[in-house]
Amino acid sequence: MFEPRIVCFLCKWCTSAGADLAGTSRLQYMPNGVNIRFMCSSRVDPEHILWAFHEGADGVLVGGCHPGDCHYKDGNYKTQARMSLLNRLLKDFGIDTRRLRLEWISAAEGMKFANIMNDFTEEMRSIGPLEISPGEVAR
Amino acid sequence: MKRIGVFVCHCGNNIAGTVDVKRVAREAREMRGVTFALDYIYMCSEPGQALVREKIKEENLDAVIIAACSPTLHESTFRTAASEAGLNPWQCEIANIREQCSWVHSDREKATAKAIKIVGTIVEKTRLNESLEPIPVSITRKALVIGGGIAGIQASLDIADSGHKVILVEKEPSIGGHMAQLSETFPTLDCSQCILTPKMVAVGKHPNIELMTYSEIEQVSGYVGNFTVRIKRKAPFVDWSACTGCGICMEKCPSKIPSLFDRELATHGAIYVPFPQAVPNKPVIEKDSCIYFNTGKCRLCEKVCEIGAINFEQEDTFVEEEVGAIITATGFETLPVNDLDEYGAGEVPDVIDGLAFERLLSASGPTVGEIKRPSDGMIPREIVFVQCSGSRDPERYKPYCSKICCMYTTKHALLYKHRVQDGQPYIFYIDIRTGGKGYEEFYHNAQEEEGIIYLRGKVAKIFRDGKKTIVWGTDTLTGRNIEIAADLVVLATAVIPMYSTAELVKKLRIQTGPNGFLSEAHPKLRPVESINSGFYIAGAAQGPKDIPETVAQASGAACKVISLFSRNHLEQDPAIAWVDEELCGGCRICISVCPYDAREFDEENGTATVNEALCEGCGSCVAACACGATQQRNLSDSQIKSMVTASLGGE
Repeated sequence: MFEPRIVCFLCKWCTSAGADLAGTSRLQYMPNGVNIRFMCSSRVDPEHILWAFHEGADGVLVGGCHPGDCHYKDGNYKTQARMSLLNRLLKDFGIDTRRLRLEWISAAEGMKFANIMNDFTEEMRSIGPLEISPGEVAR
Repeated sequence: MKRIGVFVCHCGNNIAGTVDVKRVAREAREMRGVTFALDYIYMCSEPGQALVREKIKEENLDAVIIAACSPTLHESTFRTAASEAGLNPWQCEIANIREQCSWVHSDREKATAKAIKIVGTIVEKTRLNESLEPIPVSITRKALVIGGGIAGIQASLDIADSGHKVILVEKEPSIGGHMAQLSETFPTLDCSQCILTPKMVAVGKHPNIELMTYSEIEQVSGYVGNFTVRIKRKAPFVDWSACTGCGICMEKCPSKIPSLFDRELATHGAIYVPFPQAVPNKPVIEKDSCIYFNTGKCRLCEKVCEIGAINFEQEDTFVEEEVGAIITATGFETLPVNDLDEYGAGEVPDVIDGLAFERLLSASGPTVGEIKRPSDGMIPREIVFVQCSGSRDPERYKPYCSKICCMYTTKHALLYKHRVQDGQPYIFYIDIRTGGKGYEEFYHNAQEEEGIIYLRGKVAKIFRDGKKTIVWGTDTLTGRNIEIAADLVVLATAVIPMYSTAELVKKLRIQTGPNGFLSEAHPKLRPVESINSGFYIAGAAQGPKDIPETVAQASGAACKVISLFSRNHLEQDPAIAWVDEELCGGCRICISVCPYDAREFDEENGTATVNEALCEGCGSCVAACACGATQQRNLSDSQIKSMVTASLGGE
C-alpha cells in the first residue's frame, strides 16, 4: 500500500497541544505525518509548503487555533488568507489543492486531530503520490 | 561544526514499548552534526539529568537533544540541566516522541521510523540554533481580580495583605456573589452572611484594594507582568461620593422590579442596592426599569434625596489600568428552571431552584427565614427535593456532576425539618456524593436522625394539580413508581459558568473546556493557572466547587500572583524576530502585519526594526517578509527548510 508522507505545521498553543492531548488520551492514528511546531500558524510561509512538496511531501497540514482564539490576536486569519492565495498557485503548478489542508484544532480537540490525521492519510492514499518534475516548484 | 548529543528516553515502557529506542539512538548517531547518542530509561529522573550534564562535559557537546515527552512537560527541566553543565539553555531542544509518536501508534516498525524522523527534524533545528539570552521585562506589581464573589474577595485580600495593590472588578453593584445569598453553609451550618460580610467590609476598607463594582472588563492587551486593561464603569446615576446610603430614595421609588438577588421572590425599586449588607452600600438606578428614563416623568428619588446625589445625566466612563497579573473568578450560575421542560419549564409557581430556597431560608430573605411557598405563602407540609436537575444527563443537559448539590440538598431538607417539624421532606437522588471533611457524617445524621426520606431514582415529570405540585418519579431500589402531591418542589439545578464568562474569555484570550468552565494549565499540578502566563483562575468559574475549595483555590491563585510579584523582573523568550538590515528593502509589510506594534521603521536607515520588548515571537512578520530580511531567532527559514527535509526522511 502507498504510504503518503505528510508534513504538519502546528501552532504551539492549540493544534500541537491538541496533538499532545491525542497522545495523553492514547488515541491511535496513522503515523504518516511528522509535526513541526511553530509558535503560531502565521509563521508558516507559503514557501515552506512549496518546499515540502519539492522535498517529497504528498500532503501538508497546517493547524492553527479556531478563528477568534489565536494566541496572537489574529495570526490564524493571516494564515487563512495566505493559504487561499497559495491554493491558486498550487493549481497553476498542477498540484491537487487537496494536498494542502488548513485545519483549526484546539487544545481540547485531541480526537479531532487524530481523525484528521487518519482522514488526510486516507485521502492522500487515494490520490496517490505527488509527482512533479524538478524545477517545477521554485526553490 | 557544532557537536550535538542526542539522549533518547525510554520513559519506562511508555516510549520503549512501541519505539525501538536503541535503534533511534543508533540512527541519530549517524545524523549530521550528532557526535554522541545514548538511550536511558528515565531521562527526567535525577540520574538521567546527571547523565546529560556529565556527557555534555565528557563529550564536549555544544548542544543537546532530549527525545522524550512533549516540550510542555520537561523543556525547562532539561534546559536548566544543560545550563548547569555550562550550555546556553537555547542549545537544548526536545524531540516529542511520546505524545506525538509512541502513545498514538502501535506498529513498532512505523513508530520507530517516525521517531527517527522526529529526532532528525530537531537535529536540523539544533544545528543552526544560536545561543540566546532571555530578555528582561519589568513587572507592574498590581493585580486585577475579576469577580467579587468569595473567590475574588479571598484572592484580593490575600494579595492586598502581602502589600501589593489590587483592582477588584465586579459587574454587579455589590461584591458578595452567590455566597451572600446563602442562608447557612454545610456541614457546620454557620450563617453565610456572618462569615462573608466581614470579608466584604475588609475589601471595601483595605488601603491596597481599589474596588470597582458595577464595572466590566472592556479590553485587555499586553502580556505577563505588563497588561493594560480597559474597564467600563457603568453609570449608577447616583453620585456615590456624595451618597450617604440613607435609603430614602429606595423607599420612595414607585417602580417594582423582581429582585435577582432574591431569585425573583421579592421586588425592589428601580433605584436599589441588591441587599442591605452590600459593599459598597450605594444604590444604582436600573435605567430600563426607571419611570423617568422611560417616560420622562417622576424624578421622585431626586426630590427626596436631601444631598442631591441623584444625577440622571451620568454616563458610563472608561478607565485604563496597568496590571501585572489577572485572576479570573467569575463564578457560576445555575441552569434556569425554564430550561427543564419535564419539570414544568418555570411555569409551575411552586417549583423553585436551590438558590431561591436559600432566600426562603435566609433570615434576611423575603420571608425573614420562614419557609413560605411562592404561590400563596403557605408553609409546605410535604416538600420534594430533586437532585441532578440537569446534571449528569449528557443526552439532554449537562454531562458533569455539579458536585455541591448532594450536600446543599441535604442541608435544605435538614433546615426545613428544623423549621417545619411536622413536615415531610423527600429527596430524589441518583447517587449521594459526600466527599469532603465532615460531609459524610452530616449526610448520615440527616438521613438517620432527621426523618428525611431518600428515594433513589430520577423524577420523570412535575406538574401542577390545583394547589398541589405533583411529582412523578421512580424508586429504583424497590422498583416502584412514586407519586407525591407536594406543596413545594426544590430543584438542585446544574451549576453552569456565569453567563458573562464566554464573552470575557474572548477578551482575555484564555481557554475554556467543552462545558464553558475555565481551563487550568494542568488538571493536577497547575490547577490555579491558565495556560497563558499571567492569568490565574479561582473558584467555580473553573468548575463546580463548594466554599472551602473555592477559598483554597483563591488563596492558591493569590500566592501564585504574589510569587510572580516577588521577582525582580520577568524573562521573556528571546526567540523573537530580528532584521538583516542588508536585505531589508523598507517595504514595511512587517509593520502592517504585527499584532503588537512591535515592528517600527527606522527612517534614517530606511529599514524596518523590531522592538524587542513588544515582540511576542509569533513569526507572522517573518512569513510576510518578501525578501527574507526578517527572521525569527532559532526558527529561521533555513532552519525550517532543513527541518521539512528531515521530517520527510532526509535528503
